[in-house]
Amino acid sequence: MSLLHFAILIPFVVAAAAPLFYKYIPKVHTGWFVLPVPLYLFVYFLMQLSTVRTGDGVQATVPWIPSLDIAFTVVLDGLSLIFALLITGIGALVVLYSIYYLDKDKEAIHRFYLYLLLFMGAMLGVVLSDNLVVLYGFWELTSLSSFLLIAFWYRRTKSRYGAQKSMLITVFGGFAMLAGIILLYLMTGTFSIREIIAQAGALPGQDLFLPAMILLLIGAFTKSAQFPFHIWLPDAMEAPTPVSSYLHSATMVKAGLYLVARLTPVFGGAAEWFWLVSAVGLLTLLWGSVSAIRHTDLKAILAFSTISQLGLIMTLLGLGSAALYYGIGDAGNVYVIAITAAVFHLINHATFKGALFMVVGIVDHETGTRDIRYLGGLMTLMPVSFTMALIGTFSMAGIPPFNGFLSKEMFFTAVLHASQMDFFSMQTWGILFPVLAWIASVFTFIYSMIIVFKTFTGKFQPDKLDKTPHEAPVGMLISPVILVSLVVVFGLFPNILSYTLIEPAMASILPSLLSPGDYFEVKISMWHGWQPELFMTLGIFILGTLLYLSLRSWRSVYQLIPEKWSLNHLYDSGLKLLERGSLGITRTYMTGSIRQYFVYIFGFFAIILLYSLFKLGAFQITADSYAEISVYEVLLLAAMIFAAVAIPFVNSRLTAIILLGAVGYLMTTFFVVLRAPDLALTQMIVETVSVTLFLLCFYHLPKLKKEISAPKFKITNLIISIGVGVTVTLLALSANGSRLFDPIADFFIKESYNLAGGNNMVNVILADFRGFDTWLEVMVLGVASLGIYSLIKLRMAEPLPLEGGSKREDQ
Amino acid sequence: MLEGMLTAAAIILSLSILTCMYRVIKGPSMPDRIIALDTIGINMIALVAVLCVHMKTQAFLELILVVGILAFLGTIAFAKYIEKGVVLEHDRDHPDDR
Repeated sequence: MSLLHFAILIPFVVAAAAPLFYKYIPKVHTGWFVLPVPLYLFVYFLMQLSTVRTGDGVQATVPWIPSLDIAFTVVLDGLSLIFALLITGIGALVVLYSIYYLDKDKEAIHRFYLYLLLFMGAMLGVVLSDNLVVLYGFWELTSLSSFLLIAFWYRRTKSRYGAQKSMLITVFGGFAMLAGIILLYLMTGTFSIREIIAQAGALPGQDLFLPAMILLLIGAFTKSAQFPFHIWLPDAMEAPTPVSSYLHSATMVKAGLYLVARLTPVFGGAAEWFWLVSAVGLLTLLWGSVSAIRHTDLKAILAFSTISQLGLIMTLLGLGSAALYYGIGDAGNVYVIAITAAVFHLINHATFKGALFMVVGIVDHETGTRDIRYLGGLMTLMPVSFTMALIGTFSMAGIPPFNGFLSKEMFFTAVLHASQMDFFSMQTWGILFPVLAWIASVFTFIYSMIIVFKTFTGKFQPDKLDKTPHEAPVGMLISPVILVSLVVVFGLFPNILSYTLIEPAMASILPSLLSPGDYFEVKISMWHGWQPELFMTLGIFILGTLLYLSLRSWRSVYQLIPEKWSLNHLYDSGLKLLERGSLGITRTYMTGSIRQYFVYIFGFFAIILLYSLFKLGAFQITADSYAEISVYEVLLLAAMIFAAVAIPFVNSRLTAIILLGAVGYLMTTFFVVLRAPDLALTQMIVETVSVTLFLLCFYHLPKLKKEISAPKFKITNLIISIGVGVTVTLLALSANGSRLFDPIADFFIKESYNLAGGNNMVNVILADFRGFDTWLEVMVLGVASLGIYSLIKLRMAEPLPLEGGSKREDQ
Repeated sequence: MLEGMLTAAAIILSLSILTCMYRVIKGPSMPDRIIALDTIGINMIALVAVLCVHMKTQAFLELILVVGILAFLGTIAFAKYIEKGVVLEHDRDHPDDR
């Protein structure tokens, strides 16, 4: 166990303690006890900066299931460190924010902090684990804790709906990912990511390479809300705002990005990876930004904006993977910039989106609504929130001097380079990248403006608000203020990030491009000359402003697309269809009719046995071992067949019983013919007793059912009974025809007197050689008689309404 | 000579069982069937005896006695059922009886 292991486990330990704090120290908001955890971890991870910078970082192993090659191995490299810092840093801010956001008297805050810490630990586990199985375990734990947090207000239908939806989708992806992990294991023989990366060169071309890639990507796409799996994220907005801010903007949804970045050394360089990641990312970017404008709820807009920004980072990761194909050099370097942009925007997005969610939470908290149709003119009432919203949205829209501008410029550089690629069939499709990216950026600009200006400027409508709005308490403002100042600081001095965080992260995403001791050199500058990227940004500003001002005239376009075509509708109706379909299927075969179940049982019995009998060539008949048949045996058999065949056709129960008795008598005769005196004796007695039992039963049959009717003829019954009969006959003949070994009967014949002192071989076998069977058979009889006794006694205790009445069966 | 006689006897007895079976199936009344079943039992006794001689064994002699008793018991059970609708009558004084 190293300190890094404890860093992952501390949140779990404190999570267990959180309810205790709540119970025993109710006067202090539980959040204050929770706050030191992420703070301490943040400081701890900050102190690792220099180690990660110089070397491999920290790594340690604790064996967990050694026989399955599963060890709790933690590795801290550049990529993990960025995520760990985001998780703990924003985690601390969110805990601080939630202390003021959630009322300790009205809300079940002990559960809140329990779930939140559970999530924090799980997320740290995801980004720090080197073993894929452990990573998967933590991955599902993030899904689970996210589920719990979304449904925090579990009395609301929408919360439960959103939680269920996100659970179904992310767990679906999680399972796909698990399958992908197993495929990777089959190819490489190890679960360790570092060892898989070491073997990455041998992977492409293997049969399982593509399935593993697709399955792992499904996992990453569902978690990171990529198209078409993004639909859970807007519904997850029913969670408390600190949760939305933490999970659904800054950390959990980036787990998919982490996975893609982490596996880039394994799969990167393959055309399929490049296309899947970047095309899905681009589609998500466009779809998210265009859909955001449709909504009037601030959190819904932010949710779609998150989707779109995640798509942007995904696109960049996809484009950057081309560097692994190209190798280092002048041409390869231009794709490396995509990775730089991805990592940079990852950090930027976490800062401004976290702040924006918190601002929206403040607005919601202070006005009672998040709907932009009711909001407006809050600028003078809430100046600090307005400033923060302004900086956050401007950064999101890519306006200088904030950090979003820088990452957007780098994004454009990357897509412009991508359009000039001459491999992966980019010659034909490459031009789409800058065009779609530019359109998406225009929409991003528009919804960013909507968020800030529709909320804070315009007409103040106090009559539509539940509360009198005023500025939030200072404590609530601390966290967003810190995040917003980071937005400004990173915007003005981006290179404080590049040296400390981005370069090591790139080294872990693109390890094969570096010779030992080498490192990437990243220099981000605000002004890089009159480049095409700058003109694209200017174009966005101009067109975006025009479109924003004319928003009212063209927004109704969204109404033209019917709700039926949306993916949500597809999900809802698909779920309903699945439910109804499975119910329908179950109803068709689980009818409750025993006759039908017998049809299945005997049908499958006949079909499977006949199929395997002939398929495996087991069917063979040899007449060598047959005994001679005498005339009276034929006559007896004829009598028995008559009796047996007649039973289904008689129309009185009593006749059927008599026929059954006749069959039993003839059976006894056959035991005599085949020289089995003990069997014959037993058979005779059992036959008589059972016939008498049947007669006893008739007395108890209810009066209504006593009408005499011929059994109904059903063609299925006929076919299946004939089929079963044929099957059993053929099996018996084949079994007799293919006797492989001598029977052990000779032993009993020889030894029954010598060993057991008895001349009756059957009885010796029953009582001596195979006494166990007899013992248990006796037990069966005992249980049966006890059962009958208790059934009758219980019936006596509680009389059934059917009893009584006439005691005679009509003849 | 004896072999032939025994086989002939067995065949005749089997034929008689077969014809009784016709009566069991055909009826027409329930007592007809019950008497036919009883006759099958009696024929069986004879057949088993013939087979015993044929196989030169005494192993089936108990069976003859058992069939004799049981065929009788079975017939009584059927007869009682047709007569009274019940095989075992309830004790009227028993408190559990209803």
